[in-house]
Amino acid sequence: MSDQKEIVAPRAAVGSVSKSRKTSMERRSFFSWLALGWLGFAAATGGFFTVIIRYLFPNVLFEPPQSFKIGFPEDFAPNSVDIRYKKEFNAWIVRDDESIFALSTVCTHLGCTPNWLATDNKFKCPCHGSGFRMTGIHFEGPAPRPLERFKIGLANDGQVLVDKTKSYKWEKGEWENKDSFLKV
Amino acid sequence: MNLVAIKSAIDALSAPTISFTILTVIFPFIFPPSDWFEKIHRKTGLWRMWTKPGGVIGMILITAFFVIGYFDPYFNKTLTKADNFPIVLMIYSMWFYIWLGMFKAYRNDIRIEQGLKPEEYNDPDDKVLVWPDLVYIEFICLILFQVFLIVWSILVAAPIEEPANPAATPNPSKAPWYFLGLQEMLVYYDPWIAGVLLPTFIIVGLMAIPYMDINKKGDGYYSFKERRVGMFIFMYGWVVLWLFLIIIGTFFRGPNWNFFGPFEYWDTHKVEALTNVNLSEILWVKWLNQGLPSNILIREGLGFVITGLYLFVLPVILAKTYLKDMYAAYGPTRFVSLMTFGLVMLALPIKMYLRWIFNLQYIIAIPEWFFNI
Repeated sequence: MSDQKEIVAPRAAVGSVSKSRKTSMERRSFFSWLALGWLGFAAATGGFFTVIIRYLFPNVLFEPPQSFKIGFPEDFAPNSVDIRYKKEFNAWIVRDDESIFALSTVCTHLGCTPNWLATDNKFKCPCHGSGFRMTGIHFEGPAPRPLERFKIGLANDGQVLVDKTKSYKWEKGEWENKDSFLKV
Repeated sequence: MNLVAIKSAIDALSAPTISFTILTVIFPFIFPPSDWFEKIHRKTGLWRMWTKPGGVIGMILITAFFVIGYFDPYFNKTLTKADNFPIVLMIYSMWFYIWLGMFKAYRNDIRIEQGLKPEEYNDPDDKVLVWPDLVYIEFICLILFQVFLIVWSILVAAPIEEPANPAATPNPSKAPWYFLGLQEMLVYYDPWIAGVLLPTFIIVGLMAIPYMDINKKGDGYYSFKERRVGMFIFMYGWVVLWLFLIIIGTFFRGPNWNFFGPFEYWDTHKVEALTNVNLSEILWVKWLNQGLPSNILIREGLGFVITGLYLFVLPVILAKTYLKDMYAAYGPTRFVSLMTFGLVMLALPIKMYLRWIFNLQYIIAIPEWFFNI
């Protein structure tokens, strides 16, 4: 049986090839159709991804302003951490002996939100136990670098203005920058 | 019997520094990788763990622990949490399947010693048909498991909490149970190592085992003696470095990710002295009494040297001395891959002990480049 099939198959193949040569498209037109097909595919894919990427950028963003006023420098008691702005603006306002600064509430290890433990005088992260001093310097757990500080300054009306669009990293020596703290 | 004393003893022992050490030290006596360990394994009667009474006693001990825990006001809170139910199941199934595997392996080891074929050899024609044998078993398992999941989901409400609030991270904040081992690794390593590199090494390493394994024995049947070193290394990685870390993360980690014994009150204000220092700070500030050099590569030089010695020089030294025979048998490619996976695995307990003993935070600490080891 298998012998018979082997004989039949080449005959049919030969016949079909000679037939298709007459009816099929020319080599040149095949390539132009191929190019058109690929162009169409590229256009459809490109359009699809354009729409998908556009979708990632919402028309309206319901998030608090990036810079905000927090009251007058005298409102902040020395050596204290103000946690009022944590929920809305993700910032702690810290006043030490000589300056006021705004700390980011994002842990530098994996991005959880630490808690301010007033009795222990430290920020402590509930995810992997990183600890930060009041200044934002890391001292325990896996966090490799201190909390970041936001730009802080005085507005025209004398209120303290925090600008979250600019942050200052200790490990890059940016805490020396005079915009990273407010002298009082 | 003084239950309070037992509870406080368990609390003290469960501190990871102690429990992890005990487990690591007795592990080679439970899964003996050499004749010397085997001798003590036999002498102390530890081999009885893998007999039928041993299996039952293990089950009773686990159950006793959970029963005592259920009636303890503090352990009850962790134990009855809906999230932790899978871990209770995991502990039972872990014990059962390790016991079953070792029980069968030991039975075969005795048979092989007597010159008999392993038990599995007596299966009819050494073959099972996929259809209907395997597919039927799978189908029945599927139905039973569905029933179990449905009953579970009806009886226990899903542990869903209030809407997420970036300003209030739950304290302690725990990953899903199967990731708690990873979360524990994250305490000791930078996110890109513990969260990316080590999981990749685990997955690739497991896939590479058949290619690195040149032992032709123990193939298709249970046996411990014929592949005891491999079994020991695998069991240590799986039971201690994965399952035990999950248990630590579930039962022994409380608020602020501090260690708590299972019967201890979860005090949010528990103070633990955990102040960490980097190797560069120990070298330059403590030993050389000067400030940190401003050049990053000089500052972290010692860390780079130690890491390089560990990962690249140690395998060469081992290949020339202690593991000479192994190197000859395995060839350079297999040897290097085995060493890489082995040393990376061993780096986890090493880093844990460096943290516990020397409060060492990072061996190489370059926060400027997000590169910390």
